Amino acid sequence: MTTFLAQLLNGLQYGLLLFLIGSGLTLIFGVMGVINLAHGSLFMIGAYLAYVVAGYTGTFWLALPAAIAGGLLFGTFLEAALFRRFRDREHLDQVLLTFALILIFEEARSILIDNQFHSVAVPALLDFSVPIVGGFAYSAYRLAVLAVCLAVAALMLLFVERTNIGASIRAAAENPEMVGLLGVDARRIHMLVFAAGTALAMLAGALAAPLQSVYPGMGDGFLILSFIVVVIGGLGSIGGAFWAALLVGMVDTLGKAYVPQLAGIAVCGMMALVLLVRPAGLFARG
Amino acid sequence: MIGASRRGNLLLALAGLAVASMPLWTGAYHMQLASTALIAAMFALSLQLLVGGAGLVSLAHAGFFGLGAYTVYLLGPVSVLLSLPVAALTAAVAALGIGALSLRTTGFFFLMTTLAFGQMLFFLFHDTPLGGGLDGVFIQRPDLIWVVSKAQRPAVFLLLNLAVLAAMYAGLWLLMRTLFGHALLGIKANEHRMRAMGHDVQRLKLAAFVLAGALAGVAGHMAALTDAFVSPDLLGWHRSAEALLMILLGGIGALHGPILGAVALTLLEEFSPLITERQRLVEGLVILAAVLLLRRGLAGIAR
Repeated sequence: MTTFLAQLLNGLQYGLLLFLIGSGLTLIFGVMGVINLAHGSLFMIGAYLAYVVAGYTGTFWLALPAAIAGGLLFGTFLEAALFRRFRDREHLDQVLLTFALILIFEEARSILIDNQFHSVAVPALLDFSVPIVGGFAYSAYRLAVLAVCLAVAALMLLFVERTNIGASIRAAAENPEMVGLLGVDARRIHMLVFAAGTALAMLAGALAAPLQSVYPGMGDGFLILSFIVVVIGGLGSIGGAFWAALLVGMVDTLGKAYVPQLAGIAVCGMMALVLLVRPAGLFARG
Repeated sequence: MIGASRRGNLLLALAGLAVASMPLWTGAYHMQLASTALIAAMFALSLQLLVGGAGLVSLAHAGFFGLGAYTVYLLGPVSVLLSLPVAALTAAVAALGIGALSLRTTGFFFLMTTLAFGQMLFFLFHDTPLGGGLDGVFIQRPDLIWVVSKAQRPAVFLLLNLAVLAAMYAGLWLLMRTLFGHALLGIKANEHRMRAMGHDVQRLKLAAFVLAGALAGVAGHMAALTDAFVSPDLLGWHRSAEALLMILLGGIGALHGPILGAVALTLLEEFSPLITERQRLVEGLVILAAVLLLRRGLAGIAR
């Protein structure tokens, strides 16, 4: 029973990490029309950044602001240098551009750091277990990750639903040309969305670093799952991405715990089911 | 998508003859390298039916290639006359299921769903004991019609692969000249118009998806036959992306483009280690250069 509770919480927390990655992916495509296969690599970069920052400064806490700031800078750079030119290009070009980025990021990681597995220590402040029910206790760090992810999700929903810039983003996801005609500077929106998406993916990577090993190609699994999140959630929908991420995180975690051989297949099968019933996504409007 | 001109086909035939004569003037190593390039060309050519033919960018294609290869392992040592059609059929059936679902979506969603379904096939062989485990397995080759000694293998496989590629190219060249081929090109150019004209667009796309999957299965079968080794990596989506790269390198608008692209990429992978160990960096930069500069591919330069 206690292991099942732990798996439920693990699934919740995994789903929330998936939401951080998938929400960026869905917004970047919804607003800019760009497919970013390198989004999983950004997650990996965030995790390695956390490993390096924690290693040099001795404190994990600096890794989180570093991942956010680094993500904003890196995202702005990528958008201005590459993605801006690929907005109107064929899907084939976008797929290959971002595939090239995956290869280059992986090789850069290999050159700058190495090809080994690394572990990042759970910060000492949170290195204990919180008793929850009866004899069941759960890692404090994992609970903190839950809280941080929920806070980020709430902030994002507030920002997108309640502010003027958020309204422009939603409008841009719905009808890009119209937004341009209304005098909103679409270029600034694009830059903002891409930078924020990058920062979210890198933050997710940094948060995940103490939970699992930091290793080459660690973004690949997250990439596939976050794509499934976007398909199930419906394109450009933050709320849809949220519920879909929880669903996928839960199915994947419970699957890996109880039927490890079928977990990967189960998640894809779930997506197949959604496509059969509602091809536009489970949470798409209309 | 256009086939090569009369002169282009003549050049391709000459290149084919040059490859066919390799047993006379090279050793086993270079013949094996040529076989690798020929198989890559088959795989990329089968994907070109979707990309250049119907405008569908699929990331599930390596799954069908891998299924074809694993069919050889699962069948055990049978006649190649049985294993080849079974490999094609297995891949076709998988493509029918995956295509029927993925084609309910378009554009970005199509890409993502094909990516996920392709990975599902990958997990099938990576996570379950069905395919002999995640490290891959050596397989017993299907029996060829006559007995081939170990020394003859490189030459025999080279000629076999060349024959299969030539048949595939000729078949697709003819297919693109039929009503079906023209309808596919019409869908690529303007899907709404084709629908308005009364074509069953979904069915045409599905037919192309299944045929392309079957041909990828054939390519996978030839890979298993040649290498006598299969591993889950064959099904990974990176392989699909590499085939897309071959198409882009060779020229997206030309049926023979993928062949040029496959040869170019195989040579690049063979010779780039002479300059640097950083293979992925080389490949990444080549892709960047190709998407930024080489808009019509190698076939575009030649024209």
